[in-house]
Amino acid sequence: MADNRKGFRSTAGSLVLAAVERIMGIIDIPLRGLQKVAGRTGMAAFFLLPNMAVFTIFVLIPFVINFVYSMTGGAQIFLDQRRYVGLDQYRQIFSCTDYLDPNSCIQDGFWIAAGNTAWFVVIQVALMILVSLITAIILNREIVGRSFWRAVFFFPVLLSPVVVGLIWRWILDRQGLLNFILYEAFGSEPFNWLTDRTTAFAATIGVSVWAHMGFYTLILLAGLQAIPKDLYEAAQMDGTSRSRVFRRITLPLLMPNLVVVLVLALIRAVQVFDEVFVLTHGGPGTSTMYLIQYIYETGFASELRNPGLAAAASILMGAVLVVLTLMQMAASRRKEKKGER
Amino acid sequence: MMSSRTILAAAGLVLFSTTATWAGDVRIMWYSDGVEGEVFKDLIKRFEKENPDIHVTVDEVAYSTIKEQLPVQLAAGHGPDIARVTNLKSLSQYWLDLTPYLKDVDFWKKNYGDQLDWMRPDGSDIIPGFMTQITLTGGFANKTLFEQAGVPLPGEGAIWEDWVMAAKKVADSQQIPYPFAIDRSGHRITGPAISYGANYIGADGTPAPLDDGAKKFISDLVGWTKDGIAEKDVWVSAAGTTYRPAADDFINAQVAFYYAGSWQIPNFMTKIGDAFDWVATGSPCGPAACTGMPGGAGLVAMKATKNPEDVAKVMDYLASSPVAKEFSERTLFLPANKEVLAGDLDFKTDSQLAKDALKIFVKATSTTAPEAQELPGWKWSDTYYGALVSRVGQVMAGELSLDEAYKRIDQDIADKVKEAQ
Repeated sequence: MADNRKGFRSTAGSLVLAAVERIMGIIDIPLRGLQKVAGRTGMAAFFLLPNMAVFTIFVLIPFVINFVYSMTGGAQIFLDQRRYVGLDQYRQIFSCTDYLDPNSCIQDGFWIAAGNTAWFVVIQVALMILVSLITAIILNREIVGRSFWRAVFFFPVLLSPVVVGLIWRWILDRQGLLNFILYEAFGSEPFNWLTDRTTAFAATIGVSVWAHMGFYTLILLAGLQAIPKDLYEAAQMDGTSRSRVFRRITLPLLMPNLVVVLVLALIRAVQVFDEVFVLTHGGPGTSTMYLIQYIYETGFASELRNPGLAAAASILMGAVLVVLTLMQMAASRRKEKKGER
Repeated sequence: MMSSRTILAAAGLVLFSTTATWAGDVRIMWYSDGVEGEVFKDLIKRFEKENPDIHVTVDEVAYSTIKEQLPVQLAAGHGPDIARVTNLKSLSQYWLDLTPYLKDVDFWKKNYGDQLDWMRPDGSDIIPGFMTQITLTGGFANKTLFEQAGVPLPGEGAIWEDWVMAAKKVADSQQIPYPFAIDRSGHRITGPAISYGANYIGADGTPAPLDDGAKKFISDLVGWTKDGIAEKDVWVSAAGTTYRPAADDFINAQVAFYYAGSWQIPNFMTKIGDAFDWVATGSPCGPAACTGMPGGAGLVAMKATKNPEDVAKVMDYLASSPVAKEFSERTLFLPANKEVLAGDLDFKTDSQLAKDALKIFVKATSTTAPEAQELPGWKWSDTYYGALVSRVGQVMAGELSLDEAYKRIDQDIADKVKEAQ
């Protein structure tokens, strides 16, 4: 019986292989002809073409259109109906008497959003790395139900940002779960966590860390597992303290992964929008209005909409993202070089 | 066995049907505040039975979709054939003139003529649609809470201060979190501002700077919020021009006095039920008037439609007096159709509270100030409302002082006017 099964498998395998060879043979003929005309370099370009076409259609052309938009004014959507205003939109954004005081700027909303985003990025990224690192270290140990805990920490990453925002809204609302628990436990008066400037800002950071830390924990966990065990064994034999092992072995060997996590977390934090938009809608006032929401409100949602200004703001934000992406590429290259060594 | 030609024909048909608008297809974008979506779809089914050659699709969407996405769709030359909208004037360049397609133009002018200026470009005489309902802003009081607190409801002619202070007494006595709430909306605070003497329209028809009447009401509202009398949460719970109603807090008996409008009656009737008694109060008075803000939603046809004749048939049917009457009676909305208004309206509800509230709103229409009547047909209304709501929200959140907010409101409006020129 087992022999029969084996024989069937090998026959089926040979048939599939033969079919693949036949197909490749058919494809091979025009490709050989193309290679004769285009040469080896030309063939490389040919294979890159689909990817480049997608990049051009979905990234490059929209970027150019966005840039042209930022040089136009008016509320019209079609470019041919919009009037050319040169760098006016940028001038408006940068018209401030004191850059540290958004109220002194003509486009105060942009600077408020930029300031909020800067604070958010600094605090959220630091917290994200710290929490992810601690979680990864714990999950790397021989703890009971390790696979279960890994799934638990990764689960929020799979949730839609809207779901994340709504869940936390129900928890943090005045009549939400947190106030209920606090009332039951301590009899405390209900507090609206989402309409107080400090707690709302903290909530956006906390929720964002909760929602994304699973992804970064996974990267760091992979890095931790790649560290050779014999290094730890040697340190243990030498009687090295735990903190010294962490500082001298774990941290240096985890550094390439940490750099990647840092850059990815930075990019993601600058782009924060969806879950925060559902959670606080930018409030209270404008204290959790971040750059993407400003661009969205200015371009689409507000009665005072101004697509040109929104385009200019997105170009400025794009510039920041380009710098961060270059940092990520440099970090990846460094990691690759270290790997080669 | 199916021939390859048949298969190709079928495939072609499927492909074509997904990309083309068939003659006889009418697509309507509709939002609902309460039960009106069900009533509307029921009426449309009846229309389709009477007109089997016309297929109507009703896309029921959130109000925010109409507010935020429809303008972008229209500007891009897309969108539905008909839509239910509230920002009728600012998008009027996209509306179709139904005049050549309508069965009886005089009927439309006679019965819906008063509001046609609200939905057409300045100086134009087109007929783009009709108002599905007329609304008026006004207050609601939780009568049960007032009675339990032993605080009498302020009577006719009571000023804003009377209402707000009475609500505070009720809240203190009944231990509820908010004495008074008003929606986060520029339209909502405009009625009270006009009662305080505000006028947004300048001599040349362009927006005037904020005057003392508007400033006085804004400063009172901010003061009430600071003192914990007016609900702060609803105003600071969002940034920008986002609309936020406080209806849920009133429904949950967390607010003693709530300023919203007639469109909330069916909502309250359904959701409050027998939980407590509530009454419509009309609009409290200010030094200049006791006015609410008129408004409403209109059903308008789109210029970009491929089937104007079919669209007009649908509009003729929905605007006809028997259908408009049934729509109003079943949804508890105030009708715009004059013939229906003049006749006997038999609102389909057993709720005496709802019937009494409707009567009060009908009565309140007589005290609407001329300045308020002008605003729905003024093209800068939405700009003014947007600037008001975003900056007043910032003041309440402690980000701006009142004086800074006044300057910013004027600047935001001036920028928008300049941008549009």
